[in-house]
Amino acid sequence: METLNFKNGIKDGLPIGLGYLSVAFAFGVQASLASVPIFMSVFISMTNLTSAGQLAGLTLIASLGSVLEMVLIQLVINARYFLMSITLSQKLDNTFTLGHRLLCSAFVTDEIFAIASAKPKTFGRNYFYGLVILPYVGWSLGTLLGAVAGDVLPDFITNALGIALYAMFIAIIIPPSLSNKGVFSAVLFGGASSVAFYYIPLLSGLNEGLSIIICAILSATVTALIFPIKGGEQDAVT
Amino acid sequence: MPLPKMALMIVVMAGVTYLIRMLPFAFFRKKITSTFLKSFLYYIPYAVLSAMTFPFVLYSTGNIWTALAGTVIAIIASMCKQSLLTVAIIACLSVLLFGFII
Repeated sequence: METLNFKNGIKDGLPIGLGYLSVAFAFGVQASLASVPIFMSVFISMTNLTSAGQLAGLTLIASLGSVLEMVLIQLVINARYFLMSITLSQKLDNTFTLGHRLLCSAFVTDEIFAIASAKPKTFGRNYFYGLVILPYVGWSLGTLLGAVAGDVLPDFITNALGIALYAMFIAIIIPPSLSNKGVFSAVLFGGASSVAFYYIPLLSGLNEGLSIIICAILSATVTALIFPIKGGEQDAVT
Repeated sequence: MPLPKMALMIVVMAGVTYLIRMLPFAFFRKKITSTFLKSFLYYIPYAVLSAMTFPFVLYSTGNIWTALAGTVIAIIASMCKQSLLTVAIIACLSVLLFGFII
């Protein structure tokens, strides 16, 4: 029987790595706009490896949020990884001893999940390490380049780059909203309640991070009740 | 934010993110059967990203009008099923161009 090796992993990871390079570049620029030192930006990317979670964390740091808010917002934003890790854990062969499971779990991202979970059979740790190494390097390197660029580029360019991550989020949430009523509902409620929290005087006193948590939980709860998912349907997002 | 506090925030952020990924990956052997929980976990990323984007995208460029132009164009480009990177580049270019016009 042919098994997937390190090289197969590298090949599957290359396109993800290139994509991450550019997304992380946008994150690096954003971090430099928030006055985070370059080495701290790279430290964030090397220890977190997640776009939405990092941007939310960055927003919280910029708005002088608390540690408790950080815990809550990361729990909410990254809850999906819980489900992905459960799914992936059932595809690992016996080369994944506990130590390797502890290490490899740090690299579960939406894209890596999408590729690995689509493999028809179980796979070994060599394949998984091959798969994650280029995305990890791309994510870290992209952040470094973006953070440096954010420090040296003129304002009118870094301001324009400030919209990049948000534009990517829009590109993630809009297409499935057009074909899936549930996703449309989650996006509509999430966005509308967040706008309300921002502009309605009584609610706008709340910290940004906390209001995002509340809006997201409200929206996902209502949507899950109205549009429950049957079977094992599960897509990759960010 | 002072550097030690910032470092603490980052370590907390990384720790929580890691635990969410690690616990099921290393220790869980069961599948989630609750339809509500499955649906909630499926929808939460979309709800989060939408709540993170609106209205904050309007303040992402330092000028609400260039940001609005970039947002509208990003939405149109995503409706045409362009890739993430294409949408991001188009949005940045629109902000840049619109910034020169106004």
